[in-house]
Amino acid sequence: MLNDDLVRRGRQTLTVCNACRYCEQYCPVFPALERRRTFDAEDLTYLANLCHNCGECLYACQFAPPHEFGINVPMVLAEARTQSYEAYAWPFALGRAFASSAFRTTLAALTIVVSMLVLVSLASPEALWSSDASANFYGVIPHAAMVTLFGAVSLFALIAMAISGSRFWRDLRRGDVPSSAGALAPASISLRSAVRDAFTLRHLHGTGRDCTSNLEVRLPWRRWFHHCTFYGFLLCMASTTIAAIYHSVFGWHAPYAYSSLPVLLGAAGGFGLLVGPLGLAALRQTRDPALGHEENGGLDTVFLALLFLTSLTGLALLVLRHGAVMGPLLVLHLAVVLVLLLTLPYGKFVHGLYRVLALIRYHGEH
Amino acid sequence: MTQKPEYDVAVIGGGNAALCAAITARRAGARVIVLERAPRDFRGGNSRHTRNFRCLHTTPGEYLTGVYGEDEFLSDLHSVNGGAIDDTLARLAIGQSANCPEWMAREGVRFQAALHGTLQLGRTNLFFLGGGKALMNSYYASAERLGIDVLYDADVVGLHLAGDRFESVDVAWDRRVRPIHAASVVIASGGFEANLDWLHEVWGDAADNFIVRGTPYNTGVPLKRMLEAGAQSVGEPHECHAIAVDARAPKFDGGIVTRLDCIPLGIVVNSLGQRFYDEGEDVWPKRYAIWGKLIARQPGQIAYSIVDAKSANAFMPSVYPPIVANSIPELARQLTVPSGTLQSTVDAFNRAVRPGTLNLGGLDDCRTEGLTPEKTHWAQRLDTSPFWAYPLRPGITFTYLGLKVDERTRVMMSDGHPAANVYAAGEVMAGNVLLRGYLAGFGMTIGTVFGRIAGEEAARHAER
Repeated sequence: MLNDDLVRRGRQTLTVCNACRYCEQYCPVFPALERRRTFDAEDLTYLANLCHNCGECLYACQFAPPHEFGINVPMVLAEARTQSYEAYAWPFALGRAFASSAFRTTLAALTIVVSMLVLVSLASPEALWSSDASANFYGVIPHAAMVTLFGAVSLFALIAMAISGSRFWRDLRRGDVPSSAGALAPASISLRSAVRDAFTLRHLHGTGRDCTSNLEVRLPWRRWFHHCTFYGFLLCMASTTIAAIYHSVFGWHAPYAYSSLPVLLGAAGGFGLLVGPLGLAALRQTRDPALGHEENGGLDTVFLALLFLTSLTGLALLVLRHGAVMGPLLVLHLAVVLVLLLTLPYGKFVHGLYRVLALIRYHGEH
Repeated sequence: MTQKPEYDVAVIGGGNAALCAAITARRAGARVIVLERAPRDFRGGNSRHTRNFRCLHTTPGEYLTGVYGEDEFLSDLHSVNGGAIDDTLARLAIGQSANCPEWMAREGVRFQAALHGTLQLGRTNLFFLGGGKALMNSYYASAERLGIDVLYDADVVGLHLAGDRFESVDVAWDRRVRPIHAASVVIASGGFEANLDWLHEVWGDAADNFIVRGTPYNTGVPLKRMLEAGAQSVGEPHECHAIAVDARAPKFDGGIVTRLDCIPLGIVVNSLGQRFYDEGEDVWPKRYAIWGKLIARQPGQIAYSIVDAKSANAFMPSVYPPIVANSIPELARQLTVPSGTLQSTVDAFNRAVRPGTLNLGGLDDCRTEGLTPEKTHWAQRLDTSPFWAYPLRPGITFTYLGLKVDERTRVMMSDGHPAANVYAAGEVMAGNVLLRGYLAGFGMTIGTVFGRIAGEEAARHAER
């Protein structure tokens, strides 16, 4: 759960917000808080995962520091959001390790996975460094080993996130039942609205224009870079899924032609995953520190870096698959993807899960 | 003067009226300096705490419902004032308010639909997205783009006039006092509500218990200097916009969140445990602004709003927790109000409540009979524990004593002639159109309309 000091500060802040309400039409955080009169840890978690940290409400706040009330909603919600990622992680110890030092944990995981893959590939050492033009991936890492490894890790990540998500959802429902709520909207409608909001990043330009980056500067870049990242990720997933179907259903084996569906989708997605994470990382450099430090031990950066590396090694593999470096490149690419999968339940990736759940709750209430 | 002054227009103040004047003057080609007394973080005067703008409109708009015509607007203004105001200026403010939103939007201001819980204002008042500070941020950003010099922490300590002609202003800035010359000056520095000494002169010891809802920087120095220089005053020194705020509010700058909306739902007693005014006289928005002065006349300038469990969730949540007790004597002890008197006040009230159908959305038939004073609407027995109380103090918003101006916002001198190059806008001249009551959002109308006129006039004067 969130720590007591944070809950106390959150309560103080949100109580002032609830008596003011000037920010009501910036984003769902405010209508959601207006439905509550008291704010417990669950409410804070809920509101924190509705917040995009755009900063409009800080710049508009008549009580922002140095005012004696010292209201800074983006900062307190950023802290709550980070704490909620750790609090709902399963198993807790892994979440803990990742949250306290994302960079070191990831590096350790990467080292272990690379060594493991190298060991596997040593079964046929000649394939690892062969310049054989056939681009025979399965000569380096046998198909069965790949399927076993990725299957196991994906399954683990899915289970971990399912557990985290259901705990998060259970607590959302335990939050203060709004006084005027009545019955919640049907789940199907809430789900549809939530998914629509998430896929369009509606609340990053919910007021009709883009949200601020700094005071009066409203730029669309954060939204576009996020779109690149998210849709790039989806395209890569689609590419992998189609390739798996090709392999297991039709018996068509990799490597696939440049004009094939897996390669086209993968290349487009890979491009998005190069541009998006780079852009988001660059935007972080110019971000107003007053909006809070969302990074705990580099949570955000590590996720962006893994996405970027996944794409970089994947695209390099595509171009150099007939060269002598194919073997090591394949090992590296697979390792990065495996570690990415392994860290999904503990890193910034979970924001997507929690935000959609929070949005479902939001649309249910409103 | 032989030498051309460094600025065409000096604007004293940094709130809505000041920025409207500065931007208009700059767009007319003038070289403009804004002298804002507050540091950058607290810029914007009382406009920081505002949220809407009362606005004439003959067709429904994107954010305004229905229509709000000139006659209705003027009659609303007359009804809160209950006396003669300058109808020429009032009609000017009302008429010009119609074309303000378009101008504001061009300067980057964004709007929103009426806030939840203030829907009754959705027809008459246009709300700023994010409130008054967001509005001021837009204006300052626009000023920056236009090349207006903005001096923060600039304390105007002296105004120099030769007869009715402004020459320069003395500004204390960065530990030095320096003169700034300009061809004309716009005074948009607000009232004197944050000047505790001046309030004390007007209200006596009662002033010590006032809470200043807005900026601590409105001490009325430019106003005083102009009056000393022979400007004609308008309005009474004790007239002001003052509401009931939570007694636990900070002395300055507590803004919107310290107000309490529970008064019509229960009873209000003074420190003697006695009621003193009809809590249900009219719908709350219309009576919101009289309670400050009512409490200012009570002993110790303190009062307590008391509701019972039935009403606990029927009003906007407050930033301070209620004082809670399971019985009236226990509540009296916590409030340090005579327990016997409070009990008999509540008993007498409960006995006088006539049956009716409660309707918080309008004037209902829940009233008392045979009580002094009566409660004429929303009277329900206080009989369900726990009982909640909120301590109340007068919360002064702004004062009405100001500079008399003509329809070109020229400051009138006591000989009946306008000053040659001195213009006034905003709170500092609000007394021309506000005698005693207050109409929500009208302060921003005054600031925007007269600020724009003052900027235009000051720039035109400087051209000559």
